[in-house]
Amino acid sequence: MELTTNVMKYWLVTADEKMQTHKEYLSELDQAIGDGDHGHNMARGFQVAAENAKESTEEDIGALMKAAAMTLISKVGGASGPLYGTAFLKASDKWKGKTSLSKDEFAEGLEAAVEGIKTRGKAEAGSKTMLDVWTPVLDYVQHHDIAAPDVSAKAKESMEQTESMKAEKGRASYYGEESISHIDPGAYSSYLLFEALAEALDKEEA
Amino acid sequence: MSKTAVIIVSHSEKIAEGINDLVSQTKQPDVHVFAAGGTEDGEIGTSADKIQHALQQADNEAGTLVFYDIGSALMNAELALDMLPDLEGNVEIVNAPVVEGTYVAVVEAGMGKSLEDIAASVRRQQFVE
Repeated sequence: MELTTNVMKYWLVTADEKMQTHKEYLSELDQAIGDGDHGHNMARGFQVAAENAKESTEEDIGALMKAAAMTLISKVGGASGPLYGTAFLKASDKWKGKTSLSKDEFAEGLEAAVEGIKTRGKAEAGSKTMLDVWTPVLDYVQHHDIAAPDVSAKAKESMEQTESMKAEKGRASYYGEESISHIDPGAYSSYLLFEALAEALDKEEA
Repeated sequence: MSKTAVIIVSHSEKIAEGINDLVSQTKQPDVHVFAAGGTEDGEIGTSADKIQHALQQADNEAGTLVFYDIGSALMNAELALDMLPDLEGNVEIVNAPVVEGTYVAVVEAGMGKSLEDIAASVRRQQFVE
């Protein structure tokens, strides 16, 4: 498996399409246990990140992803801006100077991203956050040959599992027991991001 | 010698500016206070870019204390500081009630206390009886 610069661009563009399509649903999820702006925030940030990626002549994957990180930091409001921004920023550092990534190189970036989210959010998996999708996806990527349908399935199953969890981080934690039986909005947007990755991988294989 | 500067990070531009108005009553003319509230377009939220700008403006030899409110405020404050590695060690982000903490910090900065002393003093305060 080799992830080229074009595949990574395609990932950002596909992620944007998914954020636009599911914008209302993401905000509905956030309305239940947060401040209700997650969908609009993600849609606004990824729209600009995708537009920039489309126009970019950048070959360096690290530079491409760093630009996306800076856009997400500036354009996505709420806690998702610094969290997604940090994730992309930490990954971009590992991918600096590369025009194609092997599976292991990709996993290295993903691992740095997960560490970045943990540090920034002072959280671990199991607290009903985006980490409950990122951590199992990372684990899968580290220990398997990546198959697109499996990435998508792993992300989906992990996202669905946040429904029965109790929120212990972020604004959702103020809802205590009330947060149970709601899917975490950050987990859902993370699922969309990895579903977009699966589609980008499919394109690479085609 | 300059006096320790203070930054207020809030989700609301009005809250940050309101706290700034409040602490200006303490009449500490040499203490520079910066409000970094709301998003770039003045909406509810916090902005790493705005905070970064405030950190650059506040930068001085006596250092800068940062107070913040809920949710993403701390994350964006830490992210802004990460993006300015030169300021590392000269900025402290303090976990305290944002209004009371800022107030105490401005008064003590006016007395010429150091960054470390003010931060320690704010942390010692029992703001809620």
